[in-house]
Amino acid sequence: MKHDIQLMVNGDSYSLAIDPSRTLNQVLREDLNLTGTKLGCGSGDCGACTVIVDGRSVSSCLTLAVEVDGKEILTVEGLAPSGEKLHPIQEAFIEKGAIQCGFCTPGMELSAYHLLSQNPTPSEQEIREGLSGNLCRCTGYNKIVEAISVSADRMNRKPSKRKSR
Amino acid sequence: MKRSGFDYYAPESISEAVVLLSDLGENTFVMAGGTDLLIRKRHGMIFPDAVVALKKIKGLDRISVGPKKGLVIGATALLADVAAHKGIQNKYPAISDAAKNTANVQIRNMGTVVGNLCNASPSADNAPALLALGATLSIAGPQGDRTLALEDFFLGPGLTALKPAEIVIAATVPPPPANSGAAYVHLSARGKVDCSAVCIGAHIELQGRKVNNARLFVGACAPIPMRTPRAEKTVMRKVFTEKLAEKAGAAASEEALPITDVRATQDYRNSMVAVMTKRALLLAHKRARS
Repeated sequence: MKHDIQLMVNGDSYSLAIDPSRTLNQVLREDLNLTGTKLGCGSGDCGACTVIVDGRSVSSCLTLAVEVDGKEILTVEGLAPSGEKLHPIQEAFIEKGAIQCGFCTPGMELSAYHLLSQNPTPSEQEIREGLSGNLCRCTGYNKIVEAISVSADRMNRKPSKRKSR
Repeated sequence: MKRSGFDYYAPESISEAVVLLSDLGENTFVMAGGTDLLIRKRHGMIFPDAVVALKKIKGLDRISVGPKKGLVIGATALLADVAAHKGIQNKYPAISDAAKNTANVQIRNMGTVVGNLCNASPSADNAPALLALGATLSIAGPQGDRTLALEDFFLGPGLTALKPAEIVIAATVPPPPANSGAAYVHLSARGKVDCSAVCIGAHIELQGRKVNNARLFVGACAPIPMRTPRAEKTVMRKVFTEKLAEKAGAAASEEALPITDVRATQDYRNSMVAVMTKRALLLAHKRARS
């Protein structure tokens, strides 16, 4: 039996009728065409599918879409809603060369987003711990850690300064 | 041909959940965070006909710390919330340490402490500390509610003492006695994220400099998280020293029954049970003194 659910994804509201065994990852990618969210291992180890649900990072591959009915979801597409102006985390990833093949990047950025929302001034150790659920098989971790550190500094500055940069 | 989908139920009360579990067929699974259930489904280990989700039950995610009741962790309380709970960090640091060391950030934002227990993995991170602290489980079922010592809960890998249609609704840890301390330490190949190769829960009570009571449990080294009574006996009524902790570690290592698997060899596990038991005792002792 299909279940009717209401999702708020990146500020847009969607009404869907879905099979309850389908994951949030499947619904985002297949029904909503939000393919920025990746599917890696499918078992919660790699973090490529990470999205934010009601302010917390989760593995969308292990989340049933029916369970997030009525919740607010942020995907990588929502980090740069205009499609032009990037989020400070994304800008820092580019500047620091924290992207190689790019497959882990959306998950990395959303884990960084969650980390910085909980701890705006993380130490290097805390950044590494915050990213421990995200694997990069190009092994570009140092650049990623640097990028998050830089974006944390910038996000903590006054908004006016950020604009004038 | 097994079907790939399942029916999904999200009851809003415990009694409704119990009725559903009684009425639905045998192949019905209870789901809290889903982080274990959905992996097992994906790996073709289970093909559920129905899933009964607990998240909609109000108040089941409660965490409370009180002077009389002790610590109560509701069935849907998230690992992340247990790890970050100030009251738990203060009074039950072994419990918050175990939750904090379970899996990764995302899984802790989805998975639950009680779910970790109910999956009955021999390496369940949250089991040894809760066992050492004498936790009990509150269970609801068609025959009414009952309380079970966590020590009597695990029967084998993936096997528990739950009867059909029963649900664990909370884990309760009694208030820690005066001059007591507990610790959780673990070891895994990558240090984070992956399953523990050895994990230890230790609890000791001091009377002066002597150990008055001790409870020691080893995870991932037997079909269930196991107690190591000879190691406990080694420290009982003795003045606590580092040497004594080392002796207890050696005893625990003789008692443990590890196997060789992808996470560690039998020999390495045996050596590490000794080391980690000693470390857990030292930390528990430090906490008992402070």
